[in-house]
Amino acid sequence: MSCSENNEHSCDTNYCAMRECKMEDYASEMPRWCKGCGDHGVLAAIQRTMRDHFVKPENVVAVSGIGCSSRLPHYLRTYGFHGIHGRALPIATGVRLSRPDLKVIVTMGDGDCFSIGGNHWLHALRYNLNAVVLVLDNGVYALTKMQVSPTTPEGVKTRTTPQGGYLPPFNPLSVVAGINGVSFLAQTATWLPEHLDATIEKAWEHPGLAFVRVLQRCPVFMPDAFGDGGLHFPMAFLEDEWGIPVSSFLRKRGEVQAHDPRDLIAAQEIAAQLYPAPMGLLYQNTDLPTYEEIRFSRRQKPTTAAFRQRLEGVLDQYAVGKPRNLPEVPVEPESGVPDWMAHRPRKPERAAPKRKLHSKEMDEQLANIRKETQEETINKLVNNLLQMNP
Amino acid sequence: MIQVREPVVRTLSEHVVEFVSDAGEGAQKAGVSFAKLCARSGHGLWTVEIIPSEIQPPPHTTGSASGNRVRLATRKQVTNAGDLANVVLAFNEMALLSRIEAEAVASDALVLIDNQWATHANIAFQHSYADVLQRVREMGCQVVEIPLEAETLKHVDDATKGKNMFAVGILTALYDKDVDIMREVIADTFANKSAKVIETAQNLAENGYAWGMEHLQVRYQIDAVQDDRDLVAMNGNTALAIGAVAAGFELCSMYPITPATSASHALSGMFESLGGIVHQAEDEIAAIGVALGASFAGNTALTITSGPGMALKTEFQGLAVMVETPLVIIDVQRGGPSTGLPTKIEQGDLLHSLYGTPGDAPKIVMAVGDIEECYYVLSEAKRIAEEYRALVVILSDANLATGQQLFERPDVSQLKPPMPPPLPAVEPGTLAYDWDEDTGLSKRLIPGQPGGMGVVTSLNHDRNGRACYDSARNQRAHRMRSRKLHTFQKTLPLPKIHGPEEGDLLLVSWGSTRGAVDEAVDRLREDGASVASINLRYLNPMPNGLKELFSNYRKVMTVELNYSDDPEDPGITPENRRYAQLAWLLRASTLMDIDCFAYVSGRPLMPSEIVTAAQARLEEGVLV
Repeated sequence: MSCSENNEHSCDTNYCAMRECKMEDYASEMPRWCKGCGDHGVLAAIQRTMRDHFVKPENVVAVSGIGCSSRLPHYLRTYGFHGIHGRALPIATGVRLSRPDLKVIVTMGDGDCFSIGGNHWLHALRYNLNAVVLVLDNGVYALTKMQVSPTTPEGVKTRTTPQGGYLPPFNPLSVVAGINGVSFLAQTATWLPEHLDATIEKAWEHPGLAFVRVLQRCPVFMPDAFGDGGLHFPMAFLEDEWGIPVSSFLRKRGEVQAHDPRDLIAAQEIAAQLYPAPMGLLYQNTDLPTYEEIRFSRRQKPTTAAFRQRLEGVLDQYAVGKPRNLPEVPVEPESGVPDWMAHRPRKPERAAPKRKLHSKEMDEQLANIRKETQEETINKLVNNLLQMNP
Repeated sequence: MIQVREPVVRTLSEHVVEFVSDAGEGAQKAGVSFAKLCARSGHGLWTVEIIPSEIQPPPHTTGSASGNRVRLATRKQVTNAGDLANVVLAFNEMALLSRIEAEAVASDALVLIDNQWATHANIAFQHSYADVLQRVREMGCQVVEIPLEAETLKHVDDATKGKNMFAVGILTALYDKDVDIMREVIADTFANKSAKVIETAQNLAENGYAWGMEHLQVRYQIDAVQDDRDLVAMNGNTALAIGAVAAGFELCSMYPITPATSASHALSGMFESLGGIVHQAEDEIAAIGVALGASFAGNTALTITSGPGMALKTEFQGLAVMVETPLVIIDVQRGGPSTGLPTKIEQGDLLHSLYGTPGDAPKIVMAVGDIEECYYVLSEAKRIAEEYRALVVILSDANLATGQQLFERPDVSQLKPPMPPPLPAVEPGTLAYDWDEDTGLSKRLIPGQPGGMGVVTSLNHDRNGRACYDSARNQRAHRMRSRKLHTFQKTLPLPKIHGPEEGDLLLVSWGSTRGAVDEAVDRLREDGASVASINLRYLNPMPNGLKELFSNYRKVMTVELNYSDDPEDPGITPENRRYAQLAWLLRASTLMDIDCFAYVSGRPLMPSEIVTAAQARLEEGVLV
C-alpha cells in the first residue's frame, strides 16, 4: 500500500506512519522529453524529495508556463497547472493566496521566466511567495526550435541569430540577489545529480520563495551549452555547513569556495561572478516573512454573525436615512499558529555575519552630499536669474 | 433699504442641477451633500460626477472643471442623468464654459456664478468672466451673480474650504428644502471631522441659505414623497465592491486602471475585516493570473479592470476557458481605443469581450443596467461561473461607476462569510473533464481532494485532462465547451419589454443606457408613437427567441455608446456601414436589418437625444 492509494492514513510532509512512499507514487504518464534532456533528472529529483518527505500528492500543486520544462506537471502525480508562456508565477501566487495549505512548485524555462515572464519573476521574488521556483536554464528556446534566449552565450548561432548572438548572456543570479525580498538563491546543474537532489531538497524545505537556477544543456539544439553539458565548464562549489554539501566527487569537478549563505553582500558579489560559475547555496534567509503570512495575518475570519454585522456597518455608510448602527459582534482572534504557516527549519547556532549596508557615518555623509547638491542647484538657479535680470 | 420682492415660485416634477468648480475646490462635495439632502427629503435621484482627467489640472481652465450633476424628481424611479442642466452653480466662468462646450446646459438655464472674477486683480479673469457671461446670456440663460468668495471669507480665512457649503445653502433656498435636514446632511458629510469643522460648515450653509432667501427671485418647488423604504445611495463601483463581499468572494486581484479602480478602493477598505484580500498585482496580466490560480485552488476569484486591461488579459481569458476554471472579470468600460478617454463613458468592449480571445473561447458575458444591479450581479456571476465552470465577464461602464442612484437597502441577514472549499476524496476512475454529452458540463477537481490528482493544461486535452493533438478530440473538446453555453442559454428569460409587444419601432439597449432609453420610449409614447424598448442583460449567450420578439416590430434599432458610421456619411452604404457592436451581433444572429443609433460622446446618453433619433427613424425609415 502506498500513500497515494490510501487516503485514510495520516501522512504529511513531516511524518508518514506507513513509511512506504515510493518514487512511482509521484509518477504520472511517461515523460515525452528528448533522450538526454536534463528535465528527466529534475523530475526525478523532485519525485525523490517528495518521497523522502512522505508528501501527500494531493496537497501539492505543480505550476508551469510554456516550454519543454513546463511539461513537468504532466509527469508528476500531483495536482498541476500547465499554464501559458511566462505566467506560471501569477498562477502560483493565486494558489498560495487562496490555499496556503497547498505546497507549490513552479517550473519554468529561461525564456519563460527571464524574458516573457520577467516582470512576474521580479515581483514574485519581491513578494517572497512560499514556493519552490525552478528555472531549467538551457540557454535556448527549444520547444519552438532554437531561438536565442536571454541566457544564450554571445556569438552562439540560433535560428534568429544565424550570424551569432549579439549580446552577452543575461545573468539572472545577480538580478535575484539584487531584489530586496530575496530569501533563497541557489544554482545547480543536471550533470551533477547529487548536487541537484540536495539543492531541490533544500529548496523544498525553505519557508519562502526558493529560487533555483538549474543549468542544463539541450541535447538537440544546444548540446554544447555550459561546456558540453558541464564537461568543460568552470565551476566553484560554495561550501558552508548550512549550504549544499560538496562531496569528494564534486571537489574533483571544480573549485571549492567558502561562503556563508546568510551574507547577502557576499552573495551579491558571488552572483555577479560569471566564471567559475558559483554552484550551491548563494543566499538563504529563513526569517523573512512570506507574502501569504503577511496577508493572512492581517485578514480576519469573521463569524457569520460578525460578517453580517460588519456588512450592515458598510451599508450604514451609504444609508439615506438613519444608519442601523448594529452592536459590534466580537470576533475571537484565531488561536495558535495556523497549520499552513511556513515551517521554519532549525537555524545554525553560530552568529550571523555583521555587515551593514550603511554605517552611521556613511548616512551622515550621504545626507550632507544631498544638502550640498540642493544648495548648489539653488545657487545655480539664482545666478542664472541674476544674469538674466541683473 | 433693499426692496425684497416676493420670489416667483415654479412648480416642477424634476430638475437637473450641476455644481462645477476647479478641481479640489469642493464642488463634488457640494453636489454630494445636496444630493443627500434631496434623497433624505424624499426625492428620486440620480447623480453623476464631472471629472477632469488630471489630478491637478491648471486652475481656472475648462480642463479643470470638476463637480457633480444631480437630477432630482418627484417620482422615485430616476434611472439616468437626464437631459440638459436646468441650473448650474459655477465657482468660476471657465468651469461654466466647460459645461456649455460639453452641450450639457439648457438654453434657458439658471446660472449662478461667483462674482469675485468681475473685480478680480487679474484683468484676464475679468475679461473672460465678462465674455462667458455675455455668451450664456445670449444663449438665453438667466445669470445670477453670487458673492460666493466674499461671503465665505466673512466666516473663514480660506474660502476654498467653505465656498462649497455656502453654495449648498443657496441651493437649499432655491429648492425650498428643510434647513434642519441640510444641517443633518452636512454633519454626516463631515462625520470624520471635528465638531468645530462641522459647525463651521453648517454655519456657512445657513448663511448661504439666508443669502438665497433674501436675493433669489425664483424658487423651484419639486414635490417629494417621504416613504418608509430603507434606501441606500452609492455609485456603481461601490455597489460592485459590496456586492463582491456579499457574493462570498475571498480574493480580488487587480491592477489600477481608471475608471475601474475605485471599486477596488472600496473593497480594499473593508475586505480584510470581512474575510477577504485585495491583491494589487504587478500588472494586468498578473492580476488575472493570480485570480485564476486562486479559482483553480477552489475559491472562485475576481479581477476588476477596464478596456486596456481587458486587452492585456485576453490570453489568460483563453486559458480560463480552456481549463474550465470558474472566474469572474468586471470590465468597467471607458472610452477607447488605446488610452482613449480614460475617465469618460463608452460601451466599446462588447465585441472584444466576446471575441477578443484567439481561437474559439466561449464565455458568458453580462451587462449591468443600473447601480442596484451592480450590487446583485456578482452573486449571480459567481454562481454561474461555478455551475458552468465558466469565465463570466461583467460589463459595467464609467456612467455607472461614478453615478449615484438610490435603491432599497440590500438584505444581508442571510449571507455567510467565505468558506473553504469542501475536499472530499474522489471516486476512483473520476475524470478531470467528464463532459456530459447533453450539457457539456463536468465536475471539477480541486487540489487537496485525495485521489483527484491530475493536470489542467492550456493544450487541447481529452476527458482525462491529458494533452492530445488529434482532430477528433480537438473537435469534441470545442463542442463540449460550446454546449455548456447552450445549456446556460436555456435558463435565460427573454428581456422584459418596456412598452407595447408590437409596434413600429423597438429600441434595443445593453448596459447603462437602459434608463435613458426607457425614458425616451415613455416620452415618445406620450406623443402617440408606437415604440418599445428592451435591455439585454445577457450578451453571450443571448436568450433564445429574440428574432421572434424583433419580428413584432417594423423596425429594430440598437442604442449604444460606441462607434458606428453615420448612414449619411460620404461613401457609407448599408453594405459597408460599420455598425455599433450590439447591432453587429444581432444582425449576425437574426439576419434582420437591424439599425443602430450610436456615437462616442464620452458622456451618458440623454433621453432627449434618443427621442430625436427615434423620431427621425420613425419618419423616414420604418416602412422600408
